[in-house]
Amino acid sequence: MTVRIMKPAEVARYSIEKKPLFILDVRNEDAFADWKIEGESIEYLNIPYFDLLDGVDDIKGELPRDRDILVVCAKEGSSQMIAEMLSDEGMDVAYLEGGMKAWSEYLEPVKVGTLKSGGELYQFVRLGKGCLSYMVIDADKAAVIDATRMTDVFLDFAKEKGATIEHVFDTHLHADHISGGNVIAEATGATYYLPSQDAEEVVFDYKKLADGLRVTVGETSVEAVFSPGHTSGSTSFVVDEAYLLTGDILFIDSIGRPDLAGMADNWVGDLRTTLYNRYEQLSEELVVLPAHFMEMKEVNADGSVAKQLSVLFSENHGLQVEDENEFRVLVTENLPPQPNAYQEIRKTNMGVLTPDAETQREMEIGPNRCAVR
Amino acid sequence: MKADHFLDATGLSCPMPIVKTRNAMKDVNSGEILEVKTTDKGAKADLAAWTKSGGHELLEQTESDNVYTFFIKKG
Repeated sequence: MTVRIMKPAEVARYSIEKKPLFILDVRNEDAFADWKIEGESIEYLNIPYFDLLDGVDDIKGELPRDRDILVVCAKEGSSQMIAEMLSDEGMDVAYLEGGMKAWSEYLEPVKVGTLKSGGELYQFVRLGKGCLSYMVIDADKAAVIDATRMTDVFLDFAKEKGATIEHVFDTHLHADHISGGNVIAEATGATYYLPSQDAEEVVFDYKKLADGLRVTVGETSVEAVFSPGHTSGSTSFVVDEAYLLTGDILFIDSIGRPDLAGMADNWVGDLRTTLYNRYEQLSEELVVLPAHFMEMKEVNADGSVAKQLSVLFSENHGLQVEDENEFRVLVTENLPPQPNAYQEIRKTNMGVLTPDAETQREMEIGPNRCAVR
Repeated sequence: MKADHFLDATGLSCPMPIVKTRNAMKDVNSGEILEVKTTDKGAKADLAAWTKSGGHELLEQTESDNVYTFFIKKG
Protein backbone atom coordinates (compact mmCIF):
# COMPACT_ATOMS: atom_id res chain seq x y z
CA MET A 1 0.00 0.00 0.00
CA THR A 2 1.38 3.42 -0.84
CA VAL A 3 1.94 5.95 1.86
CA ARG A 4 0.05 9.21 1.48
CA ILE A 5 1.65 12.56 2.15
CA MET A 6 -0.60 15.05 3.89
CA LYS A 7 0.07 18.77 3.67
CA PRO A 8 -0.52 21.09 6.63
CA ALA A 9 -3.42 22.71 4.72
CA GLU A 10 -5.21 19.32 4.66
CA VAL A 11 -4.61 18.77 8.37
CA ALA A 12 -6.13 22.21 8.96
CA ARG A 13 -9.38 20.98 7.35
CA TYR A 14 -9.59 18.07 9.85
CA SER A 15 -8.91 20.45 12.70
CA ILE A 16 -11.39 23.16 11.68
CA GLU A 17 -14.16 20.95 10.28
CA LYS A 18 -13.83 18.50 13.17
CA LYS A 19 -13.32 15.54 10.85
CA PRO A 20 -12.18 12.40 12.67
CA LEU A 21 -8.40 11.90 12.54
CA PHE A 22 -6.01 9.64 14.41
CA ILE A 23 -2.54 11.03 14.96
CA LEU A 24 0.35 8.70 15.67
CA ASP A 25 2.88 11.19 16.99
CA VAL A 26 6.34 9.62 16.93
CA ARG A 27 8.27 12.47 18.56
CA ASN A 28 9.76 11.94 22.01
CA GLU A 29 7.38 12.15 24.95
CA ASP A 30 8.56 15.55 26.17
CA ALA A 31 8.02 17.15 22.77
CA PHE A 32 4.52 15.64 22.52
CA ALA A 33 3.62 16.77 26.03
CA ASP A 34 4.79 20.29 25.21
CA TRP A 35 2.67 20.79 22.08
CA LYS A 36 0.83 18.85 19.40
CA ILE A 37 -1.66 19.27 16.58
CA GLU A 38 -4.89 20.29 18.27
CA GLY A 39 -8.40 19.40 17.22
CA GLU A 40 -11.59 18.37 18.95
CA SER A 41 -12.02 15.41 16.58
CA ILE A 42 -8.45 14.18 16.86
CA GLU A 43 -7.35 11.10 18.80
CA TYR A 44 -3.71 10.56 19.65
CA LEU A 45 -1.11 7.90 20.28
CA ASN A 46 2.39 9.01 21.19
CA ILE A 47 5.16 6.45 20.74
CA PRO A 48 8.65 7.72 19.92
CA TYR A 49 9.93 6.44 16.58
CA PHE A 50 13.00 5.01 18.26
CA ASP A 51 10.80 2.59 20.19
CA LEU A 52 9.35 1.30 16.91
CA LEU A 53 12.58 0.46 15.12
CA ASP A 54 12.12 -3.26 15.83
CA GLY A 55 8.75 -3.20 14.13
CA VAL A 56 5.27 -1.81 14.39
CA ASP A 57 3.50 -5.08 15.26
CA ASP A 58 2.90 -3.98 18.84
CA ILE A 59 0.94 -0.88 17.89
CA LYS A 60 -1.04 -2.20 14.93
CA GLY A 61 -3.85 -3.22 17.20
CA GLU A 62 -4.03 0.26 18.71
CA LEU A 63 -4.63 1.97 15.38
CA PRO A 64 -8.26 2.49 14.34
CA ARG A 65 -9.74 1.15 11.11
CA ASP A 66 -12.58 3.65 10.94
CA ARG A 67 -10.69 6.96 10.72
CA ASP A 68 -7.78 8.42 8.80
CA ILE A 69 -4.36 7.93 10.34
CA LEU A 70 -1.62 10.52 10.21
CA VAL A 71 1.94 9.89 11.40
CA VAL A 72 3.65 13.02 12.70
CA CYS A 73 7.18 13.85 13.79
CA ALA A 74 9.30 16.98 14.24
CA LYS A 75 10.56 17.43 10.70
CA GLU A 76 9.29 14.58 8.52
CA GLY A 77 11.95 11.86 8.27
CA SER A 78 10.91 9.69 11.19
CA SER A 79 7.21 9.88 10.43
CA GLN A 80 7.88 8.84 6.83
CA MET A 81 9.88 5.84 8.05
CA ILE A 82 7.19 4.72 10.49
CA ALA A 83 4.42 5.36 7.93
CA GLU A 84 6.27 3.14 5.45
CA MET A 85 6.66 0.41 8.04
CA LEU A 86 2.91 0.54 8.75
CA SER A 87 2.19 0.57 5.05
CA ASP A 88 4.34 -2.55 4.56
CA GLU A 89 2.06 -4.19 7.10
CA GLY A 90 -0.95 -3.34 4.95
CA MET A 91 -2.09 -0.25 6.83
CA ASP A 92 -3.43 2.80 5.01
CA VAL A 93 -1.63 5.77 6.57
CA ALA A 94 -0.30 9.23 5.74
CA TYR A 95 2.56 11.27 7.13
CA LEU A 96 2.72 15.02 7.62
CA GLU A 97 4.77 16.86 5.02
CA GLY A 98 7.39 18.96 6.79
CA GLY A 99 6.40 17.64 10.22
CA MET A 100 5.54 19.85 13.18
CA LYS A 101 7.93 22.45 11.84
CA ALA A 102 5.70 22.99 8.81
CA TRP A 103 2.57 22.77 10.94
CA SER A 104 3.89 25.54 13.17
CA GLU A 105 4.33 27.77 10.13
CA TYR A 106 1.07 27.07 8.35
CA LEU A 107 -1.38 29.98 8.10
CA GLU A 108 -5.02 29.47 7.15
CA PRO A 109 -6.52 32.62 5.61
CA VAL A 110 -10.14 33.11 6.71
CA LYS A 111 -12.38 35.94 5.59
CA VAL A 112 -13.94 37.48 8.68
CA GLY A 113 -15.98 40.15 7.04
CA THR A 114 -16.99 42.36 4.14
CA LEU A 115 -16.32 46.01 4.85
CA LYS A 116 -18.82 48.82 4.30
CA SER A 117 -17.09 49.99 1.16
CA GLY A 118 -16.97 46.46 -0.25
CA GLY A 119 -13.46 45.74 0.99
CA GLU A 120 -12.49 42.62 2.92
CA LEU A 121 -11.02 41.75 6.27
CA TYR A 122 -8.98 38.56 6.50
CA GLN A 123 -7.68 36.72 9.50
CA PHE A 124 -4.64 34.47 9.12
CA VAL A 125 -5.01 31.62 11.58
CA ARG A 126 -1.76 30.02 12.64
CA LEU A 127 -3.31 26.81 13.93
CA GLY A 128 -0.04 25.31 15.14
CA LYS A 129 0.81 28.17 17.42
CA GLY A 130 -2.43 30.03 17.99
CA CYS A 131 -1.26 33.31 16.45
CA LEU A 132 -3.70 35.47 14.50
CA SER A 133 -2.71 38.09 11.93
CA TYR A 134 -4.92 40.38 9.87
CA MET A 135 -5.15 42.03 6.48
CA VAL A 136 -7.53 44.85 5.61
CA ILE A 137 -8.04 45.09 1.85
CA ASP A 138 -9.96 47.91 0.21
CA ALA A 139 -9.71 49.45 -3.25
CA ASP A 140 -6.33 47.94 -4.17
CA LYS A 141 -4.81 49.00 -0.86
CA ALA A 142 -3.98 46.84 2.11
CA ALA A 143 -2.90 47.07 5.74
CA VAL A 144 -1.36 44.20 7.68
CA ILE A 145 -1.65 43.85 11.44
CA ASP A 146 0.46 41.56 13.63
CA ALA A 147 2.09 39.71 10.73
CA THR A 148 4.07 36.57 11.53
CA ARG A 149 7.55 35.92 10.14
CA MET A 150 6.08 33.88 7.23
CA THR A 151 6.02 37.12 5.29
CA ASP A 152 5.62 35.53 1.84
CA VAL A 153 2.12 34.43 2.83
CA PHE A 154 1.08 38.07 3.31
CA LEU A 155 2.99 39.42 0.33
CA ASP A 156 1.58 36.73 -1.97
CA PHE A 157 -1.94 37.13 -0.63
CA ALA A 158 -1.93 40.88 -1.26
CA LYS A 159 -0.55 40.26 -4.73
CA GLU A 160 -3.29 37.73 -5.51
CA LYS A 161 -5.85 40.30 -4.41
CA GLY A 162 -4.15 42.96 -6.51
CA ALA A 163 -3.57 45.11 -3.44
CA THR A 164 -0.58 47.19 -2.37
CA ILE A 165 0.36 46.97 1.30
CA GLU A 166 0.69 50.57 2.52
CA HIS A 167 0.48 50.20 6.27
CA VAL A 168 1.96 47.60 8.59
CA PHE A 169 1.03 47.60 12.28
CA ASP A 170 2.05 45.61 15.31
CA THR A 171 -0.27 45.94 18.29
CA HIS A 172 2.75 45.53 20.57
CA LEU A 173 6.28 44.19 20.70
CA HIS A 174 5.61 40.44 20.53
CA ALA A 175 7.33 38.05 22.93
CA ASP A 176 5.99 34.72 21.74
CA HIS A 177 6.61 34.87 18.00
CA ILE A 178 8.79 36.74 15.57
CA SER A 179 7.06 39.60 13.80
CA GLY A 180 7.14 39.89 10.04
CA GLY A 181 6.22 43.56 10.22
CA ASN A 182 9.59 45.09 9.46
CA VAL A 183 10.33 42.65 6.62
CA ILE A 184 6.96 43.34 4.97
CA ALA A 185 7.41 47.09 5.35
CA GLU A 186 10.85 46.91 3.76
CA ALA A 187 9.64 44.69 0.92
CA THR A 188 6.69 46.93 0.06
CA GLY A 189 7.79 50.40 1.11
CA ALA A 190 4.89 50.45 3.56
CA THR A 191 4.99 52.42 6.80
CA TYR A 192 5.65 50.26 9.86
CA TYR A 193 3.89 51.45 13.00
CA LEU A 194 4.86 50.36 16.50
CA PRO A 195 3.82 51.70 19.91
CA SER A 196 6.79 53.81 21.01
CA GLN A 197 6.53 52.65 24.65
CA ASP A 198 7.41 49.13 23.44
CA ALA A 199 9.99 50.25 20.94
CA GLU A 200 12.59 52.09 23.01
CA GLU A 201 15.29 49.61 22.02
CA VAL A 202 14.18 49.12 18.42
CA VAL A 203 17.06 49.69 15.98
CA PHE A 204 15.15 50.11 12.69
CA ASP A 205 12.93 52.94 11.44
CA TYR A 206 9.29 52.88 12.45
CA LYS A 207 6.48 55.32 12.89
CA LYS A 208 5.08 55.89 16.37
CA LEU A 209 1.62 54.56 17.04
CA ALA A 210 -0.31 57.00 19.17
CA ASP A 211 -3.79 56.88 20.62
CA GLY A 212 -6.32 58.13 18.10
CA LEU A 213 -4.03 57.72 15.10
CA ARG A 214 -6.26 57.12 12.12
CA VAL A 215 -5.29 55.84 8.70
CA THR A 216 -7.49 54.88 5.80
CA VAL A 217 -7.08 51.82 3.63
CA GLY A 218 -9.02 52.67 0.52
CA GLU A 219 -12.14 54.00 2.19
CA THR A 220 -11.84 51.88 5.30
CA SER A 221 -10.73 53.46 8.56
CA VAL A 222 -8.22 51.91 10.93
CA GLU A 223 -8.08 53.73 14.25
CA ALA A 224 -5.61 53.17 17.08
CA VAL A 225 -6.96 52.82 20.63
CA PHE A 226 -4.27 52.89 23.31
CA SER A 227 -4.87 49.82 25.48
CA PRO A 228 -1.81 49.08 27.64
CA GLY A 229 -1.43 46.15 30.02
CA HIS A 230 0.15 43.23 28.19
CA THR A 231 2.95 45.64 27.37
CA SER A 232 3.11 49.33 28.24
CA GLY A 233 2.45 50.29 24.63
CA SER A 234 -0.19 47.71 23.67
CA THR A 235 -2.58 49.29 21.20
CA SER A 236 -5.88 48.01 19.79
CA PHE A 237 -7.37 48.91 16.43
CA VAL A 238 -10.92 49.65 15.44
CA VAL A 239 -11.36 48.70 11.78
CA ASP A 240 -14.28 50.06 9.77
CA GLU A 241 -16.00 51.02 13.04
CA ALA A 242 -17.05 47.39 13.28
CA TYR A 243 -14.07 45.28 14.34
CA LEU A 244 -11.86 45.58 17.41
CA LEU A 245 -8.39 44.10 17.02
CA THR A 246 -7.33 43.59 20.62
CA GLY A 247 -3.79 42.27 20.19
CA ASP A 248 -2.71 40.34 23.29
CA ILE A 249 -4.92 42.28 25.69
CA LEU A 250 -8.23 40.49 25.30
CA PHE A 251 -8.76 37.01 23.89
CA ILE A 252 -11.95 35.00 23.39
CA ASP A 253 -11.97 33.26 26.75
CA SER A 254 -8.99 34.78 28.51
CA ILE A 255 -6.97 37.96 28.91
CA GLY A 256 -3.36 38.99 28.31
CA ARG A 257 -0.60 38.42 30.80
CA PRO A 258 1.38 41.44 31.97
CA ASP A 259 4.65 39.71 32.81
CA LEU A 260 6.49 39.02 29.55
CA ALA A 261 8.63 42.11 29.76
CA GLY A 262 9.31 41.55 33.46
CA MET A 263 6.92 44.29 34.56
CA ALA A 264 3.86 42.41 35.85
CA ASP A 265 3.43 44.47 39.01
CA ASN A 266 3.70 47.79 37.18
CA TRP A 267 1.40 46.89 34.34
CA VAL A 268 -1.41 45.11 36.12
CA GLY A 269 -3.14 48.45 36.78
CA ASP A 270 -2.96 49.35 33.10
CA LEU A 271 -4.41 45.98 32.15
CA ARG A 272 -7.28 46.46 34.57
CA THR A 273 -8.01 49.96 33.26
CA THR A 274 -7.95 48.84 29.63
CA LEU A 275 -10.23 45.85 30.16
CA TYR A 276 -12.64 47.32 32.70
CA ASN A 277 -12.76 50.97 31.62
CA ARG A 278 -11.36 51.68 28.20
CA TYR A 279 -13.10 48.81 26.39
CA GLU A 280 -16.33 49.60 28.27
CA GLN A 281 -16.40 52.94 26.48
CA LEU A 282 -16.40 51.28 23.06
CA SER A 283 -19.44 50.01 21.21
CA GLU A 284 -20.51 46.59 22.46
CA GLU A 285 -21.37 45.73 18.89
CA LEU A 286 -17.70 45.58 17.88
CA VAL A 287 -16.47 42.15 16.83
CA VAL A 288 -13.36 41.27 18.82
CA LEU A 289 -10.48 39.87 16.79
CA PRO A 290 -7.58 38.95 19.07
CA ALA A 291 -3.95 38.23 18.19
CA HIS A 292 -4.12 34.73 19.69
CA PHE A 293 -6.36 31.85 20.50
CA MET A 294 -5.59 29.24 23.14
CA GLU A 295 -7.80 26.26 22.41
CA MET A 296 -9.51 24.87 19.31
CA LYS A 297 -12.91 25.36 20.96
CA GLU A 298 -12.37 29.11 20.49
CA VAL A 299 -12.27 28.58 16.72
CA ASN A 300 -15.61 29.14 14.99
CA ALA A 301 -17.05 26.65 12.50
CA ASP A 302 -15.72 28.70 9.58
CA GLY A 303 -12.20 28.66 11.01
CA SER A 304 -12.29 32.23 12.30
CA VAL A 305 -11.60 33.38 15.84
CA ALA A 306 -14.03 36.23 16.50
CA LYS A 307 -16.76 37.15 18.97
CA GLN A 308 -18.82 40.21 19.74
CA LEU A 309 -17.53 42.42 22.56
CA SER A 310 -20.89 42.24 24.35
CA VAL A 311 -20.58 38.45 24.53
CA LEU A 312 -17.06 38.68 25.92
CA PHE A 313 -18.24 41.12 28.61
CA SER A 314 -20.60 38.45 29.87
CA GLU A 315 -18.60 35.28 29.16
CA ASN A 316 -14.83 35.90 29.09
CA HIS A 317 -13.28 34.60 32.32
CA GLY A 318 -10.92 37.57 32.60
CA LEU A 319 -13.74 40.12 32.43
CA GLN A 320 -15.76 38.74 35.33
CA VAL A 321 -13.41 39.63 38.18
CA GLU A 322 -15.03 42.50 40.05
CA ASP A 323 -12.52 42.64 42.89
CA GLU A 324 -9.31 44.47 41.98
CA ASN A 325 -7.12 42.47 44.34
CA GLU A 326 -8.48 39.24 43.03
CA PHE A 327 -7.68 40.50 39.55
CA ARG A 328 -4.13 41.39 40.58
CA VAL A 329 -3.58 37.89 41.94
CA LEU A 330 -5.08 36.31 38.81
CA VAL A 331 -2.71 38.07 36.43
CA THR A 332 0.48 38.07 38.49
CA GLU A 333 0.48 34.76 40.33
CA ASN A 334 0.40 31.16 39.13
CA LEU A 335 1.07 32.28 35.57
CA PRO A 336 1.76 29.63 32.95
CA PRO A 337 5.43 29.14 31.96
CA GLN A 338 6.77 31.87 29.73
CA PRO A 339 7.00 31.18 26.00
CA ASN A 340 10.08 29.46 24.61
CA ALA A 341 13.00 31.88 24.11
CA TYR A 342 10.73 34.87 24.79
CA GLN A 343 13.57 37.22 25.62
CA GLU A 344 15.45 36.40 22.43
CA ILE A 345 12.20 36.78 20.48
CA ARG A 346 11.65 40.26 21.93
CA LYS A 347 15.21 41.24 21.00
CA THR A 348 14.71 39.88 17.48
CA ASN A 349 11.53 41.94 17.13
CA MET A 350 13.54 45.00 18.17
CA GLY A 351 16.09 44.25 15.47
CA VAL A 352 18.77 43.82 18.14
CA LEU A 353 19.22 40.13 17.34
CA THR A 354 19.18 38.89 13.74
CA PRO A 355 19.05 35.09 13.91
CA ASP A 356 18.96 33.07 10.68
CA ALA A 357 15.73 31.45 9.49
CA GLU A 358 16.53 28.07 11.05
CA THR A 359 17.25 29.65 14.44
CA GLN A 360 14.06 31.73 14.22
CA ARG A 361 12.13 28.52 13.69
CA GLU A 362 13.74 26.87 16.71
CA MET A 363 13.02 29.94 18.86
CA GLU A 364 9.31 29.73 18.12
CA ILE A 365 8.93 26.01 18.74
CA GLY A 366 6.31 25.08 21.28
CA PRO A 367 2.90 26.27 22.33
CA ASN A 368 1.70 29.81 22.72
CA ARG A 369 1.47 30.99 26.30
CA CYS A 370 0.28 34.57 26.22
CA ALA A 371 -2.87 34.37 28.27
CA VAL A 372 -4.16 33.98 31.77
CA ARG A 373 -7.56 32.56 32.50
CA MET B 1 36.11 10.69 28.19
CA LYS B 2 37.43 7.55 26.55
CA ALA B 3 35.09 5.43 24.50
CA ASP B 4 35.39 1.79 23.39
CA HIS B 5 33.46 2.34 20.16
CA PHE B 6 32.89 5.34 17.94
CA LEU B 7 30.08 6.26 15.54
CA ASP B 8 30.20 9.24 13.19
CA ALA B 9 26.61 10.19 12.42
CA THR B 10 27.39 13.75 11.35
CA GLY B 11 25.56 15.06 8.33
CA LEU B 12 22.69 12.61 8.84
CA SER B 13 19.21 13.80 9.65
CA CYS B 14 16.49 12.28 11.75
CA PRO B 15 15.82 9.34 12.09
CA MET B 16 19.23 8.13 10.84
CA PRO B 17 21.40 9.16 13.83
CA ILE B 18 19.30 6.95 16.10
CA VAL B 19 18.96 4.13 13.58
CA LYS B 20 22.77 4.07 13.21
CA THR B 21 23.34 4.36 16.95
CA ARG B 22 21.01 1.46 17.57
CA ASN B 23 22.81 -0.67 14.99
CA ALA B 24 26.23 0.29 16.35
CA MET B 25 25.09 -0.64 19.85
CA LYS B 26 24.70 -4.28 18.73
CA ASP B 27 28.51 -4.60 18.58
CA VAL B 28 28.98 -3.00 22.01
CA ASN B 29 29.24 -5.20 25.09
CA SER B 30 27.35 -4.36 28.23
CA GLY B 31 29.31 -1.83 30.28
CA GLU B 32 31.30 -0.56 27.29
CA ILE B 33 31.01 3.01 26.05
CA LEU B 34 29.91 4.18 22.60
CA GLU B 35 30.76 7.69 21.45
CA VAL B 36 28.32 9.20 18.92
CA LYS B 37 28.76 12.42 17.00
CA THR B 38 25.80 14.01 15.23
CA THR B 39 24.97 17.38 13.68
CA ASP B 40 21.20 16.88 13.85
CA LYS B 41 19.75 19.22 16.46
CA GLY B 42 16.68 17.05 16.87
CA ALA B 43 18.90 14.11 17.82
CA LYS B 44 19.88 15.91 20.99
CA ALA B 45 16.67 15.23 22.88
CA ASP B 46 15.91 12.03 20.99
CA LEU B 47 19.25 10.34 21.71
CA ALA B 48 18.88 11.14 25.38
CA ALA B 49 15.33 9.75 25.40
CA TRP B 50 16.32 6.68 23.38
CA THR B 51 19.24 5.95 25.70
CA LYS B 52 16.89 5.96 28.65
CA SER B 53 14.18 3.88 27.02
CA GLY B 54 16.80 1.34 25.86
CA GLY B 55 18.12 0.88 29.40
CA HIS B 56 21.48 2.48 28.64
CA GLU B 57 23.20 5.30 30.47
CA LEU B 58 24.04 8.69 28.99
CA LEU B 59 27.36 9.52 30.66
CA GLU B 60 28.13 12.79 28.94
CA GLN B 61 26.71 15.08 26.33
CA THR B 62 28.67 17.98 24.84
CA GLU B 63 28.22 20.48 22.07
CA SER B 64 30.75 22.46 20.07
CA ASP B 65 30.57 24.02 16.60
CA ASN B 66 27.13 22.48 16.03
CA VAL B 67 28.46 18.98 16.59
CA TYR B 68 26.77 17.09 19.40
CA THR B 69 28.77 14.37 21.10
CA PHE B 70 27.26 11.65 23.27
CA PHE B 71 28.95 9.04 25.46
CA ILE B 72 26.57 6.18 26.03
CA LYS B 73 27.26 3.24 28.33
CA LYS B 74 25.49 0.09 27.25
CA GLY B 75 23.10 -1.31 29.82
